[in-house]
Amino acid sequence: MTRIRIVPILAHVLAIIAVAPLLWILISALRPAEDVFSFGWPRHWTLSNLQYVLLKIPMPRFMLNSAIVSVTVTVIALFFHSMAAYALARLRFPGRGIIFSGIMSTLLVSLPVILVPLFLVAKQLGLLDSYAGLIVPSIFHAFGIFLLRQYYLNIPRELEEAADLDGCGYWRRYWSVILPLSRPVLASLSVLFFLANWNAFLWPLTITRNPDLRVIQLGVSGMQGQYASAWNLILAAAVIAAIPTVVVFVAGQRRLVDAMKTTGLK
Amino acid sequence: MTRKRREALAAYAFLAPDTIGLLLFVAIPMVLAFGVAFFKVDGFGNYQYVGLANYKLMAGDDQLWASLKVTATYVVAFVPIAFVVSFALAMLVRNHFKGIGWVRSAFFLPNVVSLVVVGLIWQFLLVDKQGALSKLLAPLGLGDVSFLGTPSLALGTYVVISVWFLMGYQMLVFLAGLKDVPKELEDAAEIDGAGPWQRFRYVIWPLLRPTSFFVVVNSTIGAVTGLQAFDLVFVLTKGGPARATSTVVLYIYEQAFTFNNMGYAAALTTVVVAILVVCTGLMFGFTRGGRFDED
Repeated sequence: MTRIRIVPILAHVLAIIAVAPLLWILISALRPAEDVFSFGWPRHWTLSNLQYVLLKIPMPRFMLNSAIVSVTVTVIALFFHSMAAYALARLRFPGRGIIFSGIMSTLLVSLPVILVPLFLVAKQLGLLDSYAGLIVPSIFHAFGIFLLRQYYLNIPRELEEAADLDGCGYWRRYWSVILPLSRPVLASLSVLFFLANWNAFLWPLTITRNPDLRVIQLGVSGMQGQYASAWNLILAAAVIAAIPTVVVFVAGQRRLVDAMKTTGLK
Repeated sequence: MTRKRREALAAYAFLAPDTIGLLLFVAIPMVLAFGVAFFKVDGFGNYQYVGLANYKLMAGDDQLWASLKVTATYVVAFVPIAFVVSFALAMLVRNHFKGIGWVRSAFFLPNVVSLVVVGLIWQFLLVDKQGALSKLLAPLGLGDVSFLGTPSLALGTYVVISVWFLMGYQMLVFLAGLKDVPKELEDAAEIDGAGPWQRFRYVIWPLLRPTSFFVVVNSTIGAVTGLQAFDLVFVLTKGGPARATSTVVLYIYEQAFTFNNMGYAAALTTVVVAILVVCTGLMFGFTRGGRFDED
């Protein structure tokens, strides 16, 4: 019996240790500047750090840029990926195997690996320093296609056949039958895509110079250089960058976990 | 038009946007790297053919060898530690108990925050003498240690932070794998008198091999060329102190965008790709792709 009780207690203690760093910066960001390194529970709470960062630094602009990029990428990517996945899962055509393995093989390529040549391609296409440059290359990733395809393989044939008998073409079958059925998996993926794009740093760093195009992660990392040791402000910016991700995670947690669990395993 | 043709045409139309996008922004850049590696590219985008000169440069490039060593050390330390920690967490939260939802989320939460923020958090916690962690460690006589400022410690610190960041994700992957271990098999083993260790060794562990394979490959690729190997280092230490944390992807970035040596950076890219292919191949060979049929 005692064995069984030790596990939950240990788990809870470790869980608290795991989130402690996150809680600690949240608390520290709410301390007055001179107390930022105080060790105990804050004697005074203040919103002035957050206020300063939001009003004196174009943090709202950075957030808006990130929101535009993340939402656009998520919507377009889900649309394109579900179309591709539909074809791969439900339609028969010459070259299906080759196209599928070709798409899957791109999963092995991570951004840092192709960063330099991707930059050269984007430059050739005139994508430097533009929203298009932030958005377009971020759309294409095989992970979403793979996950959606797995999902579509399990949808019963009869549903589509009924639509076929009603005289629906392939587009109508995709749009009116498959897409509505894939709401849960699309929701999971949208959480995942939003988080990945909101947190993106390397590509925005590479493709933009214009301060007006700066996304939140660039803005926050820029604080480091500009406000070298004004830790109260740096932390406030970090908290602002992190809050949307934590909110999205808590709201979409179950869906996210479902999507994660399927990663490359089935 | 026959039905078959119609279906094929529809399929190609559905596939077109993603296929073109993946070609343009993944496949072509990948191939292009091998081509650009033969050129010297200046800051204005002028290309000059130099043959194998970029590859010859590598031999005498001490910083390249240093960064390859940093990356290798990081992988060798990070992959097993992250594996053990996340597997232990998965075993810990495998069975239901009160508050399990919160516990699992708590382990996953660091993975939700960006690596930029993760870097800043730990920098703040580790500020010399004043940071919360420095103060916590003071009673152990470690209060004066500058974890990120000492070359011999910086990489280790970076490993610990990476583990903290990734453990929740890998835990979920293991949990998914554990779900596929039939409860009946474990129960049968227990009836046959197998203790917890034997059940783990002879039932759970062999059945988890595909999952373990995925985790190892995934975290190795992540550690060599993932965002973790760039974003975190960029924010935490910029490769310092004394280049002790200069990973190879950070070095490639510096060559390309700080020194404008795009051709050389492309050549470095092809070497990293070759290393990755060999590593993945070796792992695949050693573990037979994570299959468990010989047991």
